[in-house]
Amino acid sequence: MTAAALERENAVKAALEQKFPGKISDIRIARARRMFAKVAGADAVAVLSFLKDEQGFDHLSTITGLDEGENFAAMYHLVSGSVVLSLRAVVPASAPVLSTVTGLFPGGEDFERELIDLLGFSIEGLKEGRRYPLPDDWPAGEYPLRKSWKGLPPAPKGEGK
Amino acid sequence: MGKITVPLGPQHPALKEPGSFTLALEGEQVVGASIKLGYNHRGIEKTCEQRTYTQDVYLIERVCGICSHSHTTAFCTAVEEIAGVDIGKRAKAIRVAVGELERIHSHLLWLGVAGHEIGFDTLFMYSWRDRELVLDALELISGNRVHYAVNTIGGVRRDISADTARKVLAAVDKLEERTKYYIKVATEEVTVLARAKGVGMLPESVARKLCAVGPLARASNVPKDVRRDDPYLIYDELDFNVITANSCDVFGRLYVRVFELLESCKLIRQVLKALPEGDIVAKMSRKIPAGEAVARYEAPRGEDIHYVKSNGTEMPDRVKVRAPTMSNFAAVSYMLEGGFLADAPLVIAAIDPCFSCTDRATLLRGNSGEVVDLEELRRMGIEHYRAKGVDFSKL
Repeated sequence: MTAAALERENAVKAALEQKFPGKISDIRIARARRMFAKVAGADAVAVLSFLKDEQGFDHLSTITGLDEGENFAAMYHLVSGSVVLSLRAVVPASAPVLSTVTGLFPGGEDFERELIDLLGFSIEGLKEGRRYPLPDDWPAGEYPLRKSWKGLPPAPKGEGK
Repeated sequence: MGKITVPLGPQHPALKEPGSFTLALEGEQVVGASIKLGYNHRGIEKTCEQRTYTQDVYLIERVCGICSHSHTTAFCTAVEEIAGVDIGKRAKAIRVAVGELERIHSHLLWLGVAGHEIGFDTLFMYSWRDRELVLDALELISGNRVHYAVNTIGGVRRDISADTARKVLAAVDKLEERTKYYIKVATEEVTVLARAKGVGMLPESVARKLCAVGPLARASNVPKDVRRDDPYLIYDELDFNVITANSCDVFGRLYVRVFELLESCKLIRQVLKALPEGDIVAKMSRKIPAGEAVARYEAPRGEDIHYVKSNGTEMPDRVKVRAPTMSNFAAVSYMLEGGFLADAPLVIAAIDPCFSCTDRATLLRGNSGEVVDLEELRRMGIEHYRAKGVDFSKL
């Protein structure tokens, strides 16, 4: 891996450091074409907007929700040409609130609904719509991808089969 | 005229997979469309966290009944990247060969479905008959027709001998000849043109905005293809074209897929005629060091992305799977609106949403295990109709 081969990755890293001094941490070039970075949840939309409009990251592949103990994270996997930048937006597990990115990436609606259903995120500004991907009669407060979740509580006696 | 709301699905909206489409109609025209998905949610990501990496390969294989190899390749490459293991060129080449055979199988299956949706069932029967050639080739390599189980963490489980390669190449020659016929049908047959041209429009700007992927994006003149943009395995050493169309309609999606069949044939020849020497599987520890990796793969339906986070144990901390169809559903609502109700199944089918196909066409007679081949089936069919008084001699 030569320095010249990482020209684009290094340029993106420098642009992020210059535009958001002190706000972005752990900017890491894992290998050619793979970058990771971390940001506070409240700053995520501003950083994503900069990456999309000024750095050419116009393709949102998906959003990965993560339960990391005290914190939750939503990882936005952005693509520009051959480079994939995974931006980790960190929020406290006690209040996992993020703003919607559907203003930037309208196709990201279902990815955000997944965060809501599977990890219990709140997404501010997301338009009303049907839940995804859990069934309509899924009990409230049950978030399968949380590490503490071990399955639905057994049905009370006399119910079910 | 007032609006009428028509539910399409959740059972069998266009093909045999559940999805619920609510269409608002004014007369025959669709003026609003909303989609509900999730009927197939099986909790695979959560389950992956509770199994070892090796067990997860088998689980990930079952994310999809068509692009099973796509998902396992993405998952295995992510895990291998975290572990810092190079699986060697022979294993990579075999992954490419199986991946391209899978693309042919998937595109031929889609061609049949598209034929069926436009009421051209002869095309459906022809393309599914020819799909047997590629399924036989996959069975020859792996022992299975759909879930090949070729991938494992660290490489592949099946080698391709010189004899197998020769047989697969013979099947590829035959498939290429048939594909040329399908290209003629797809680009000249009036029934196809009448049903596909100008239907399900997705302008280039909208395809980009909604992050469409795969043949859907390429048919709207967005030349995204992970194999070329972000090459994995040995794609950077192979010669192939990224097929695009600028008609932005169902016809374009048909055009892109039939020409991609030819490119896949070309790729398989390059790989199998010069299969690199070496081991097919690298030795790896069952424990994967803590780390994370993002793997992308150009599945038959487009970009498939997997994120794997490890924690130093034998089991992953998080596995995220985003299949290409999920990225393309945002475009479906757009394409349905403004179109006609009668075109809705075709427009939905034109993104080639994933559905399971595992039935075997081989018929077993009684308990003896005697296999009935195609010629025998044909003869039985003729006899059946002759007994009913149909005279074939005049045909």
